[in-house]
Amino acid sequence: MSAAAGKVAVGAVVAIGAVGAVRLARSAVDPSGGGPAGTGTSASGWLAVTLFVEPSEVDSARLPEPLAAFGDRIETRVRPAPGGKGTELAARLRDQPSTGTVVGRLSGQDPQADLRSALRRAKQLIEVGEVLAVDPVPHGRRTATPGGALLEAWTKVAPKAGVR
Amino acid sequence: MKAVTWRGVNEIGVEDVPEPTIHNEHDIILEVTLTATCGSDLHLMGGYIPAMRAGDVLGHEFMGTVAEVGRGVTKHRVGDRVVVVSFTSCGQCWYCRQGLWSLCDNGNPNPGITEALWGQAIGGCYGYSHALGGWAGSHAPYIRVPYADQGAFAIPDGVSDERALFASDAAPTGWTGAHGAEVRPGDVVAVWGAGGVGQMAARAAMLMGAERVVVIDRFDNRLEQVRTHIGADTLDYEQVDVPAELREMTGGRGPDVCIEAVGMEAHSPGPQYLYDQVKQQMRLQTDRTPAVREAIYACRKGGTVFTLGVFAGLVDKFPLGAVMNKALTLRGAQQHGHRFIPEILERMSRDEVRTEHLATHVMPLDDGPTGYRMFKEKEDGCVRAVFRPGA
Repeated sequence: MSAAAGKVAVGAVVAIGAVGAVRLARSAVDPSGGGPAGTGTSASGWLAVTLFVEPSEVDSARLPEPLAAFGDRIETRVRPAPGGKGTELAARLRDQPSTGTVVGRLSGQDPQADLRSALRRAKQLIEVGEVLAVDPVPHGRRTATPGGALLEAWTKVAPKAGVR
Repeated sequence: MKAVTWRGVNEIGVEDVPEPTIHNEHDIILEVTLTATCGSDLHLMGGYIPAMRAGDVLGHEFMGTVAEVGRGVTKHRVGDRVVVVSFTSCGQCWYCRQGLWSLCDNGNPNPGITEALWGQAIGGCYGYSHALGGWAGSHAPYIRVPYADQGAFAIPDGVSDERALFASDAAPTGWTGAHGAEVRPGDVVAVWGAGGVGQMAARAAMLMGAERVVVIDRFDNRLEQVRTHIGADTLDYEQVDVPAELREMTGGRGPDVCIEAVGMEAHSPGPQYLYDQVKQQMRLQTDRTPAVREAIYACRKGGTVFTLGVFAGLVDKFPLGAVMNKALTLRGAQQHGHRFIPEILERMSRDEVRTEHLATHVMPLDDGPTGYRMFKEKEDGCVRAVFRPGA
């Protein structure tokens, strides 16, 4: 392992530890945040987003490309959201893997990461018409530091969250 | 192009960065005319919000001229003079449609960070760390503005650049506090913090019909600005007992609405400051909250406390007993500026909102490190350092 890769690995471990500590602290005051087996995911495996469109505007047979690309590997569920909040779109893998752990999710080992990302991108396509891109973002010199490596590790997996 | 960047804890630099380009069809590229420092930048600068990487461009309060438009942009053309709200919000999700723009579901490309911290991700913000999207900031000659039809607002001809600049963040944040606290005609409103946001919260409360507005700080020049430019009363917390003065002013009741516009690095007299500082430095708490505590104790029974200053995580010695037993309403928010900026610009054009006095030090981008030092240390009465990239 190169020195740089070692720093990244150390940074990732520190990042995971730091986030784990935050989650631990949160779960200590909010046990419901832990979920089954402390994974932060539902036992059923459904991941869901709420779309601010009418249910009639969501055709489960013709979902946006990020979800359609999963083909038969996922099943989907569409239902109205209460209180005029739009439409709930849920998806889960048919061949359900282990739901993974918080540490796994934050280290890029989340078996559902791609599905989380696909749901989020599908939501953007339906609501806004395009997927928001941030990179490449203008920036100056990236000095190699443990803190920077930590953050880099986190930001690599952060876009594949936001759906639970 | 040159940009003011975060280089490390308490280290600000000026360095070359690539020019931004259009990535999405709803983007514009803005040529920045003026870009301001903000008190919340100090939390990034000091490492209290540890989600900055060396080289990140700072700045989230800015105005300028449209230089390029994406093909999906309908409201703006090249050459338009606009002010841009600091949050990136899509305008289409349920939160945006409720007017809760800073809670946008789609505006933060890195939702995993704030989701882990707070349970759910909020929207994105320019130059405000990778937790809020990793967007490049405005302390540069050019900046990319996504969702431009939602976040960029044409500036009326009669409003100067120096005035319109603060319609980006300070004023709409103040408006968010006063409206979120539901200030009513006849209310007595106390505002902790006489920086740009506190002054604007006070002004918003006055325009909403508050009977009396009192702003609390310890810096003479800021309190003088409040009296002169905002028209509110002031209290110097190093000279008087603030809760006692507020009780006396309100017939023993306490203010109806208390707005905290200080944030996670609050200063206070007495031993609690030392206690909070030690715990924060030891990472046993992430935020210092003496102003919030005081606001909760000072507020009248059944009143409203609004946390408008930026907080990041966990706090200590929070008087939840007072919140519950006094039947207080406790609210908070980042700014929902998209909702308020049209009104603010209109009031600016009628001279009802004046902000030029906040820009106490205007300088070129090359002076970025000096500007941040002056702003942080409040040297020479600095209320806001403002950069002019074209200078």
